[in-house]
Order: sequence, then structure tokens, then C-alpha cells
Amino acid sequence: MAASSLQSLNPTFSQTLASPNTSPSFRSPFLRFNSSFTPKPLSTRSSSSLIARSAAEPQERKTFHGLCYVVGDNIDTDQIIPAEFLTLVPSNPDEYEKLGSYALIGLPASYKDRFVQPGEMKTKYSIIIGGENFGCGSSREHAPVCLGAAGAKAVVAQSYARIFFRNSVATGEVYPLDSEVRVCDECKTGDVATVELREGDSVLINHTTGKEYKLKPIGDAGPVIDAGGIFAYARKAGMIPSAAAA
Amino acid sequence: MASSVISSSPFLCKSAQKDLGFPKPSQISVHRCQKRAISRKIVSVMAPQRSSSATGSVKTGMTMTEKILAKAAEKSQVVPGDNIWVNVDVLMTHDVCGPGAFGIFKREFGEKAKVWDPEKIVVIPDHYIFTADKRANRNVDIMREHCREQNIKYFYDITDLGDFRANPDYKGVCHVALAQEGHCRPGEVLLGTDSHTCTAGAFGQFATGIGNTDAGFVLGTGKILLKVPPTMRFILDGEMPSYLQAKDLILQIIGEISVAGATYKTMEFSGTTIESLTMEERMTLCNMVVEAGGKNGVIPPDATTFNYVENRTSVPFEPVYSDGNASFIADYRFDVSKLEPVVAKPHSPDNRALARECKDVKIDRVYIGSCTGGKTEDFMAAAKLFHAAGKQVKVPTFLVPATQKVWMDVYALPVPGAGGKTCAQIFEEAGCDTPTSPSCGACLGGPADTYARLNEPQVCVSTTNRNFPGRMGHKEGQIYLASPYTAAASALTGHVTDPREFLQ
Repeated sequence: MAASSLQSLNPTFSQTLASPNTSPSFRSPFLRFNSSFTPKPLSTRSSSSLIARSAAEPQERKTFHGLCYVVGDNIDTDQIIPAEFLTLVPSNPDEYEKLGSYALIGLPASYKDRFVQPGEMKTKYSIIIGGENFGCGSSREHAPVCLGAAGAKAVVAQSYARIFFRNSVATGEVYPLDSEVRVCDECKTGDVATVELREGDSVLINHTTGKEYKLKPIGDAGPVIDAGGIFAYARKAGMIPSAAAA
Repeated sequence: MASSVISSSPFLCKSAQKDLGFPKPSQISVHRCQKRAISRKIVSVMAPQRSSSATGSVKTGMTMTEKILAKAAEKSQVVPGDNIWVNVDVLMTHDVCGPGAFGIFKREFGEKAKVWDPEKIVVIPDHYIFTADKRANRNVDIMREHCREQNIKYFYDITDLGDFRANPDYKGVCHVALAQEGHCRPGEVLLGTDSHTCTAGAFGQFATGIGNTDAGFVLGTGKILLKVPPTMRFILDGEMPSYLQAKDLILQIIGEISVAGATYKTMEFSGTTIESLTMEERMTLCNMVVEAGGKNGVIPPDATTFNYVENRTSVPFEPVYSDGNASFIADYRFDVSKLEPVVAKPHSPDNRALARECKDVKIDRVYIGSCTGGKTEDFMAAAKLFHAAGKQVKVPTFLVPATQKVWMDVYALPVPGAGGKTCAQIFEEAGCDTPTSPSCGACLGGPADTYARLNEPQVCVSTTNRNFPGRMGHKEGQIYLASPYTAAASALTGHVTDPREFLQ
């Protein structure tokens, strides 16, 4: 099946053909979802249901834990990564890191806490909390890439612009999640939070306020994100061959 | 079969399942993402949901977009929500995203891999061209290398940055170049690594913007996984007033439905007004579909379209039209004869206001350019207003033709009713800056030395497409999006000005 359908896609692939079931021979720097870490136990946790959760199967859970960075509505790609930095090519490892250092640098001065401190390359915030239409504007993939390069793990927003959402999923750089309420009004930058993803309901737990928020299921994008992005997904489905040995 | 495995595990777009995307059959509701009251001019009707399994072998009417995608996926029928692998007719990239897209292509398919079809890829350097920024210059060089190695047929190269005219292949702004060079054809699927790729929908094709990773995937396979969008229909009827332009129409619509009003949806434009628009005006309309969150925009092709296309390409095409019984998720109607010139105030494209109600806003500069407002007809319009006024501009007025061809038209074509004068002559007499080298220019700020970049917190009236904070450079810059007529009128008074002050 694989050989004939793949060759019809692109004849040059016959030279690089490998079994679709073998894992890639290299590790893409963009595959970020394979790591998961359990949250540190915190005394502010009062919900008894949390104890039940920690007994769940580890491979059914993904967890992101850390500080929140809160932004408002319509955070467009120019605020996420101003156009002057687009000369950096994301597939170049050095420039990838540099992009991270400029993440959210376009936010107006009213944002007193900067996402990445001047002079730093990484952010101390793991979870970005947004309002409506997060990531609107350009199709520049530099937007989700810079957030991921800076060290953000997930975005929890009320809604997304489609190209940003699609790019997040395709690259696997940040996990884009939908909240059901205006979480951005109830969380503050610097709050400690955990995002727990599960088959059924995922949650955002704000340890600083003690509040919990249900997150909408990731839905159709789930299989692609879980695979590690569009290429890994297409490989799993036998649509394209595994990466060639260089 | 691989494709059936994939279609049973649909990709992305969970947001489309929200209230706006797929309503319950008996539900008629107002778009919930709208925060302002609906104008009485608008009629919004939700269509009943159709599920894939229900259609079976019975043919349901399809919209233009559904038909184009069905054909490109080699299916007889699709419905909104279907995730399908679609064959791509044209992939466009430029200097900003091209290096990244090819980088991913090589990483994923191998250093020796070849693109799926070197004649279906169009590489158009246009974003950061006339700059001393070394990385920007390097990115054009990177694209040259890739194009050489892959034997890419269409690479609109530039090597002499000091004189754009010394580069015979160089075109300029990608979306305008695509149209001018005959790459836009009805019924096709065109993807580009730029959000304003939706411009090409003016030609009755499916055109949308994608990121580097998706583009890298298309480079290798010639396919993309897409979710079929539902279509919102915008019917514009009535005679276009002489002072109104397509830019006013799209700003009107975005102001109506908000910057997320069309998220994940197709915006289909039809009606007598649309039929009266030229191709360039139709391009302006579809260009800003993305500013409403739209996935793509479409206009039914007609004689105007065929005339334009057939003069630029001999590649055969098959026009496609929405069926009479197609389902639309919403219907909006506008009586264009009642509309007035509008602007989008800082800092959002949906922050709509009547131009005449902003006449007290003092401005510092005017920018006429970009894929949205830097085409030949845009400059013709501005020149027409300047000529009618017979005055001098009160603020620096920057003119950035989108492409080489536009630049030449500005210098060569006589402006109707101006006694044989060209745009360039009229601009000079009005005291505008000399039209500069064609590129995206300062629409998106760019490197620090970009011509007309907003480097101070000034107020600018611009014919461009976005005015979020920092868009043209300075974070505290204030950008008023406007039509070329409104921009020209504003240049003459030094305030935001309704063009009727000088036209009529």
C-alpha cells in the first residue's frame, strides 16, 4: 500500500522510502508534547478529587504546570512577534532560540510584566491565558513558534484565530486550549496554575486563587497534536514516509 | 487506504463546533461573538445542519467553496465539517516564510527531496526587500538557492536592491503579482504563506493563508488537509456611489461582524454591486476577509474575471458557482447606495466609524500602498481626487506601488479626466513623496530602515489592512485604515476627511 500511493504523491520519495511505522531517525526540535511532568504537591490544593486524579494512568494524562501570563482580547500576531523579527528563520536552531527571546515583545507598555525579561532568552511563564480571538492577524508561524521557543507550554484562551490555531497544532509548539469562561478576567499574571489534559474533561487549576476551570475537549485537533504535529500525523497514517537518514 | 484512515480522524477546527459553526436545525440566532447591536440593515439566518452520513447518494446543493474543495479532493460531495485531503494547484511563498517552509520541507522529506511540482510553486520576494538588514537580504538569497536547486519555474528574483527596475524578474507584492502574472484562476486551490492569500478568492477560487509547516508539507506532497468551511453569504446590491470604494465595503462588513465574525468560515460576496466591480476592487474586498477571521473569500467569476484571466494565462480553468439550493450559514444584505465612506480607527480593523465623524482627528501622515490599497486603480483613485481638489497635501504622503507594473502604470497611464496627466505628475503637483520601490513596505513595519515606517507615535491614515498596536512600527502609532479616496482627502486637510469634500 505504502509504496505505490507514496510514489504517486511524489516520485522522488522512492529513494527515501522507509516503513511508515518506524519512528523518525531524528528528533525534531519541534516535538514538544512527548514530555509530561507531574505537578508538585501544593498545600493550596483543597479539592479531594485531585487526589483521585493523581492515581490515573500517566499516559492518559498530560500536565503543564507553572506560572500564568495573562493577556486580553484580540492579541494579534504583530503583538506576539513584531514583523521586524520575521527575518529570523524558525527552522534554523539559533534563530529559533532568538525568536523565543522576542515572544510577546509587541505588547503595549500597559503590560508592565514582560513575557520575557529584557536580556533573557526564555520566559518564566508556562501558561498563557488569553481572551477572544487569540493569535489573529498574520499567518506567520513565527507566532506559535516564538511562544514555544520561549518556553510556554500551553495557551488557554476563550477563542482563537484559525491560522494561529492551525499553526500551533501543525508545529506542536504550544498546546492551544479553549476555556469555557473568561479565564483571563479571573487570573493574574504570576498566578501558579496547572493544566491537566484528559480524555474527557481537561482542567485549568489556578493554585493561587484556588479556582478550577473546565477546558473544552481538544476535539479534532487532538490526534494531530498527540502525534506530534502534521508530519508525524501523516507518517502514522502512511501518507508520507518516515524521515530519511540524511 | 491511507486517505480513508485520515478522514476518519479529522484534523483541527474544534472551534467550528462552537455555537457559530454548526447550529442546531431549528435555531435562529445572532452571532454570539458580536458584542455590539446588530444593525437593522442586516438579516442573519442560520441554515439547518446537514450531516455527512445523511446525504448518502442524494446530491445536496453545494456552495462555490464546497464545490471547489470537493473537486480538489476528488470527491463528488462534501459538507462543512468534512476533513479532506485536497490537491493544491498553486503554492506561493515569499522572502519571510519561504526559508522556513523550505527548511521544514528538507528536514521532513530529506536533504535530497524534490518538490512535488516545480511549476506549481511561485516564489515572490516582496516583504523586506529594500533594506540594509542583512538577514532580510540573506532570506532572498536563501530562496534563490532553493529555487535553483529545485528548478522552480516562477521565481521573481531581485539582486540589485539599489534600482528595482534593473531586475527584470522582480515583481513586488505577492498577492498583486499572482494576479498580474496569471496565477489566479477560477475553480482552483491556491495556498500561500501569507494571511492575505485570501485576495485571490476574487477570481472565484479557494485561496487561503497557511504557515511554514503546512507549506513544507505541501511542498513535498502537493496536498493539504483541510476542513470544509461553512459559507456566509454577503449580498451587496445597489449602485456604487462615486465616492465609495471596495475598501469602504469591506470595512463596513468587518465593522458589522467583528474581527472574529467569519472565523473558520467562507465569505462569499455576490450581488449587483459586486458584479459592477473591477478585478482590482474585487481583490481589495477579498483581501481583508482574513481581518474578519475568514478562512477564504469568494466572488463568482464572470465576464470581468474571464477577461482579466484570459489576458494573462492560457492555462485552462473551470469556473464554479454555488448551487441554487446550497446552504449558507448566514445571509447579510447591504444596500450599497446608502453606504458612506468609513475608516477603521485604532487599534482594530473592526473599529469602524464614518469618515465624516472623524474630521477632528488630526493626522501626521498618509500611506498609500500594500496589497490592499497599492494597486493601479488605487493610485488612479487617489490621483483623481488630488486632481479634482487642485490643492497640496498638508502632511507627508507616502506612495508605495505594490508591483513594478503598478509603478509603471503610475508613471505612464493618463488619469481619466485629468487632461492627459499621469498619476505621477498629479502626485508631484500635490506635493506627495515620490512613488517608491514596489514592495510590502511599511504596511507591516519591517526592518528599522523601511521607507515610511512609523518610527514615532504618530497618527497615520493608511490604505493598508491592519491597525493593531505596532503594526506599522511604533507601538503607540495610531493607524486609521481607509480607502484611497479617503486617504487622499485626509492628506489634503491634515485631518481624517470624507472624500466627498473633494469629489462630487
